[in-house]
Amino acid sequence: MGLADIVIKLVLIVIIFLISLVIAMYSTYAERKIAAFFQDRIGPNRAGPWGILQPLADGGKMFLKEEIIPTNASPFLFIAGPSLAILTACIGSAVIPWGQTVTMGGHTFDLQVTDINVGILYIFGVVSLGVYGVMIGGWASNNKYSLLGAIRAASQNISYEISMGLSIIALLMVTGTLSLKEIAEHQHGWHWNVLYQPVGFILFIVCAFAETNRTPFDLPECETELVGGYHTEYSSMKLGFYLFAEYINMFISSAVMATLYWGGYNYPGMDWVLAHTGPTIGPLIGTAVLFAKIFLFIFFFMWVRWTIPRFRYDQLMDLGWKVLIPLAIANIIVTGLWITFF
Amino acid sequence: MESLTNRKKVLESKPLNFLERAYLPAIAQGLAITMKHFFKKPVTISYPEEKREYSENFRGLHSLKRDENGKERCTACGLCALSCPAEAITMIAAERQKGEEHLYREEKYAAVYEINMLRCIFCGLCEEACPKEAIYLDGPHVESDYLRKDFIYGKDKLVEAPLNQ
Repeated sequence: MGLADIVIKLVLIVIIFLISLVIAMYSTYAERKIAAFFQDRIGPNRAGPWGILQPLADGGKMFLKEEIIPTNASPFLFIAGPSLAILTACIGSAVIPWGQTVTMGGHTFDLQVTDINVGILYIFGVVSLGVYGVMIGGWASNNKYSLLGAIRAASQNISYEISMGLSIIALLMVTGTLSLKEIAEHQHGWHWNVLYQPVGFILFIVCAFAETNRTPFDLPECETELVGGYHTEYSSMKLGFYLFAEYINMFISSAVMATLYWGGYNYPGMDWVLAHTGPTIGPLIGTAVLFAKIFLFIFFFMWVRWTIPRFRYDQLMDLGWKVLIPLAIANIIVTGLWITFF
Repeated sequence: MESLTNRKKVLESKPLNFLERAYLPAIAQGLAITMKHFFKKPVTISYPEEKREYSENFRGLHSLKRDENGKERCTACGLCALSCPAEAITMIAAERQKGEEHLYREEKYAAVYEINMLRCIFCGLCEEACPKEAIYLDGPHVESDYLRKDFIYGKDKLVEAPLNQ
């Protein structure tokens, strides 16, 4: 690996980092705007044209607010909580293949930070680390509501990770690899995994909602019962980090879903377009398609949020343990039989 | 027992069938409903750029009227102040001097006429009481302000603009 490659990788990392931050920023704007449209309202429209500058105003507000650390909170952990949450949210994007290999000015490079052969496991590891941010923050706040919120978050994430993992196993049986790049390549030309694993996809998306703490599984920050949940005691940018981490998680899980099940950067008529636009522009079109899919998923996250009410906690646990896990296991068995006999 | 109105509805609580228990069809139904709203025209009126129409009999800010020659109609009889249930109106009467005939219609006029808009309940009894048709609640709503003293509106704010000759 030469110096040029290292520079290219660094540039790619910075770009992906910036993109995920900007998308997270504008997800807050999109969420409010979409919520407004679903409720026959207009939504934020004062800061800039159509309220485009609203996220900047929100960010500025977050930075300027007073930073409060409660007297009885543990200061180190109190700061470590949100930092860990946003850190784990950001590093998940490292293994996602954003596009095919691009050739530009004699150089070829992958639109992927690293193609490790256990990509999915890496993502699972990062996702399960994410719960530590919530857990530590809730614990360090020394507040019963925060603690209850954190406990809920932890038990919810652990429960749903199991069925998420089981739904992935069926996918792995079909694709035969753990590398996200190879899974994306595998789906080239209408072999999208969602067509082979519809049940697996439904299981995965339900679990993704639970893992990102989105409605209908947003019990950790259930306002009616727990004030603000695990971030009750947080203010200023530390609160901002938690909220930001949620949106980055949503972006990453949308990207994972698009890559695993919806063909990643593949789209119909891809080879024809590649042949006609050359090796520089062609793969970038694929990247644009991937982002379109990601935005559709983010829209779906928000659409569901403004449609469905929250589950009760026992219903949540019932759904996780008594429905999703048996379904996932049945899905594995059916997939296994299908692979064996056809 | 037979109900008297015959409108009693008997609700059956059947156990849910498989599709109902699977949640997903119901969720899809809900998503379809919200999607319908997504494309509906928003009902928001973006105040202050757009203003909602007042109804025809809306009682808003008072105005002291002038007659067809541009003279103030009010003769400071005090009936409006008397009728006011909130005691929002005060006035000081003065006699019309020579040379002021083009300003005031009657021989007596209100030198000071004040309405406290924080007391006023916009009931419209003053306009009913007025024998000279001098006061009407036909303006817009009272604007917000920072100080209580600024809500006491004097003649400068209440009297109609003079006619343009």
